[in-house]
Amino acid sequence: MNLLPQLFWSFLQIGLFSIGGGYAAMPLIQAQVVDAHNWLSLQEFADLVTIAEMTPGPIAVNGATFVGIRVAGIPGAVIATLGCILPSILIVSVLAYVYKRWRNLRTFQDVLSALRPVIVALIAAAGLRLLLAALFPEGISLQGLDPVALLLFLGAMLLLRKWKKSPVLVIFLSGGLGAALYYLTEAFL
Amino acid sequence: MIQSNRSESGKGGGGLENRLAKLFLNSLLISACTFGGGFVIVTLMKRKYVDELHWLDEGEMLDYTALAQSSPGAIAVNAAVLVGWKVGGLPGMLLAALGTVLPPVLILTLISYFYAAFAAMPLVALILKGMRAGVAAVILDVVLSLGGKLFEGEKVFNAVLLAVAFLLSFLTNLSVIWLILAAVLAGGVRALILKKRRERP
Repeated sequence: MNLLPQLFWSFLQIGLFSIGGGYAAMPLIQAQVVDAHNWLSLQEFADLVTIAEMTPGPIAVNGATFVGIRVAGIPGAVIATLGCILPSILIVSVLAYVYKRWRNLRTFQDVLSALRPVIVALIAAAGLRLLLAALFPEGISLQGLDPVALLLFLGAMLLLRKWKKSPVLVIFLSGGLGAALYYLTEAFL
Repeated sequence: MIQSNRSESGKGGGGLENRLAKLFLNSLLISACTFGGGFVIVTLMKRKYVDELHWLDEGEMLDYTALAQSSPGAIAVNAAVLVGWKVGGLPGMLLAALGTVLPPVLILTLISYFYAAFAAMPLVALILKGMRAGVAAVILDVVLSLGGKLFEGEKVFNAVLLAVAFLLSFLTNLSVIWLILAAVLAGGVRALILKKRRERP
């Protein structure tokens, strides 16, 4: 098979079968890219995961671009990315229509209203997990608490809750301030 | 004609073209700042589209999150497609999807040419370490504001669902899909009970 259609087909499958976000996509990407086609070595795949975590954007899209470029240059990146988002666009568009059509139905609303607390709970659990990973980078223990991270978190909370600052500003501020503080503590302590 | 223009502009400023431009730019900006998975983008979208621009209400945003989470594909792209349809129909959907995909594609294109050097840069690692605390704060801030609203109506039902879902999600490796399906089931049962109760004279 030609390389570009193969890339498209592989990433279409990744887009179609990864339900539940980035961590669900990871094993699928590995199966296609490392095991089935040898487009990346296992070491390169580990690098891809690291890069994906350090850069913005969904891991499937990051992976599609990274693999596409290495296999077939810019056209490869475009084709692989298209393949990976096409199932989303088609399926979710149908859902958007269904939602718009039935939204005002009483029964539909009753069902949806049970989803809302669960979604808030899922976001809370994801946030708490991230917070614990930031506060205790070496695993949870009293000595393991990272005081810089705690300071950044409390400062960010204050900016968001009390002064209603924009999240984008808060994220970049904590990045810049964090780098400076970590650098200083490493240099002088 | 004038009236329809007015109602359009009442929903977030400017005509349709203006809104599409805003939608595209905000999708770019939000996507470029989403470090750390699908839930982060949803919380940024909520702040922008619900709190600032008033294009959606809070309930819609939560429903979209549930739909985006339980559909195949990246949560960020799914959520962008839903918001795009709502704000600007088919062109809105395409622009929102493009805006969401463009930043990671451009950044990864650059990085894949010299990735080993990038990952080893100590300054990059320190910035990212600091950002993690900020991202956690952004997510928990949205949880606090969304959580408060849940206890205005069906207090007990919502509190039980919230607590059970939180514990299962935090303490076990149960896939998100099962939690969402269980919630749909619970909602369905409750919808039937409510319907029976309403039909009774």
